[in-house]
Amino acid sequence: MSKGTLYDKVWDIHRVADLPGGSAQLFIGLHLIHEVTSPQAFAALEEKNLPVICPERTVATVDHIVPTISQKRPFNDPLAEEMLSTLETNCAKHKIKLFGIGSGSQGIVHVIAPELGLTQPGMTIACGDSHTSTHGAFGAIAFGIGTSQVRDVLASQSLAMNKLKVRRIWFDGQLKSGVYAKDLILHVIRSLGVKGGVGYAYEFAGPAIKKLSMEERMTICNMAIEGGARCGYINPDQTTYNYIQGLPHAPNFEDWTKAINWWQTLASDTSAIFDDEVTFDASQIAPTVTWGITPAQGIGINECIPTSESLETNERLLAEEAFSYMDLKPGKLISGIPVDVCFIGSCTNGRLSDLRAAAAVAQGRHVANGIKAFVVPGSERVARAAEKEGIDRIFLEAGFEWREPGCSMCLAMNPDKLIGRQISASSSNRNFKGRQGSAHGRTLLMSPAMVAAAAIEGKVTDVRKMLGSIK
Amino acid sequence: MSSNSSFPKNEISIIRGKCLVLPGNDIDTDRIIPARFLKCVSFTNLGGQVFADDRSELKGAHPFDQKQNYGASILVVNDNFGCGSSREHAPQALMRWGIRALIGQSFAEIFYSNCLSLGIPCATGSEHLIKDLQKTIEADKSQVWELNLKHENIKSSENTFNLTLETGPLKMLLTGKWDATSQLISQKKNIEKTKKSIPYLSNFDITN
Repeated sequence: MSKGTLYDKVWDIHRVADLPGGSAQLFIGLHLIHEVTSPQAFAALEEKNLPVICPERTVATVDHIVPTISQKRPFNDPLAEEMLSTLETNCAKHKIKLFGIGSGSQGIVHVIAPELGLTQPGMTIACGDSHTSTHGAFGAIAFGIGTSQVRDVLASQSLAMNKLKVRRIWFDGQLKSGVYAKDLILHVIRSLGVKGGVGYAYEFAGPAIKKLSMEERMTICNMAIEGGARCGYINPDQTTYNYIQGLPHAPNFEDWTKAINWWQTLASDTSAIFDDEVTFDASQIAPTVTWGITPAQGIGINECIPTSESLETNERLLAEEAFSYMDLKPGKLISGIPVDVCFIGSCTNGRLSDLRAAAAVAQGRHVANGIKAFVVPGSERVARAAEKEGIDRIFLEAGFEWREPGCSMCLAMNPDKLIGRQISASSSNRNFKGRQGSAHGRTLLMSPAMVAAAAIEGKVTDVRKMLGSIK
Repeated sequence: MSSNSSFPKNEISIIRGKCLVLPGNDIDTDRIIPARFLKCVSFTNLGGQVFADDRSELKGAHPFDQKQNYGASILVVNDNFGCGSSREHAPQALMRWGIRALIGQSFAEIFYSNCLSLGIPCATGSEHLIKDLQKTIEADKSQVWELNLKHENIKSSENTFNLTLETGPLKMLLTGKWDATSQLISQKKNIEKTKKSIPYLSNFDITN
């Protein structure tokens, strides 16, 4: 059993009681809600005549269903309109702060909470969305929950939880130029599998992690769940404190020193005991692209799609299913595969630094003929900051569309969808069958810079060549 | 199609009914219920939409469309079932189709806890045992089985397979305490006490 890790410390601080079933009751410091997984939870509260006990620790936004071209109300889609108006009614009734469209702070829930300073080290954070693991980048224990659990948090600001084991994933070396946080996490998932993390919290650590910005750290923790780990985190350090300082919901000026003093006690002790430890060499990681129907079916840009025979026996059945669904030939290089649609955005890669990295590739170039390429900033703040830097103009001049914030084509609960058998280069997090809105649509996951490169070339391309990192 | 039997309540110890085999590893929640069906403010209609895309692809040959499987209440799957999104719409759709228990090699974490919140047990067995069980079920789909949580097994008139249920969830199901809300609320004093002791909720004046 783990001891002295950040996970253990945060768990102990938030433990309310031991429940008769054997699980623990864990206090939730910040509850994030959105339009998709909350309406049934509010309805259940009303049915039981229960109040929301900590509205001041509950924050709402709208992201999954919002259109990204025109966000004018009422939405064209009456179902989407109903979901948003239900959220508005519930938030007003229960006095919950809602960052709605046009508020200046609306956006994908996992983008806005960090940028507003709501996400802080040492918190427990829950949200009815599996990518809540994102917030672990700050040294918070953050995890996705279902709607019944959203109801529980609204009613009791706590959850019945079983403690996870902790696996430390250590990265020696440094990422090479043209290789991004997205490549690092796709590499981890490829190596440990989509269920490798079931039952674990992932602690990401080591020199390569230490050097990453907060936004890069968020990309990594965001996809812990794709490796099966409900929660992933990084110990807070000076990079974390610098990021938070001055944000709207950061600790007050007079509390700042006390906050840092406390945050400093949270990091895993040097003598901490982990249930498992794995080490990677970050310098060996290449731009990584998925070829299949799970995020673990990924390879380096210079590798070939595996053949069935080259895989472990237990991976073959799924690989065969993937070859057939993706209509990609085993043994063929992933580089050079033509794409139809290029999507830059999502809670994984829709932040300012992601857009900058993609814009650096797009600048002075143009999207290839016949390719639909679009950029969806993760939030209104990201959009306005990017526009201030002229990033929108770089994309527009290069032939990309510049959209309004939302989850967009990551999960296609809005008008942004693949059509028929279209294949996308996507900076999002899931390549499941049908994920991007067409039952036959196909997804290749990669970093935002790699998506930009694919848009320019019309096919999967090693972005390092375009950046001059390699010849 | 949807089930006539009522949704789980109180103590859950025995689930009796036909078994339905759905083969394949890593079946994600986007497949169980595609995102477009999440555009709803109530779970009521999800039963008919379970596996919508997979089913339309197989034009009637999907296990959820095969006549012999109508009315089945125990779903038998393989490895890492329910991975991906946290959408409770996935177990809700299964439950509203008629599923009352799942058996598999393993389940994704959030899916598992969502099932527990609905009173739907997820029992596990080794890869070999699950495949054996699936073969036995397929040999006679009309066979009625009994999943016994207390004995941690599933039985037909001819066969018994021993399964595993995690201790905590098992206890919660057997005692009827799987619906956590009331237990959580009953700790009101302790919730308040914990809240007061958390540094970031107390101007960082408390150091643990």
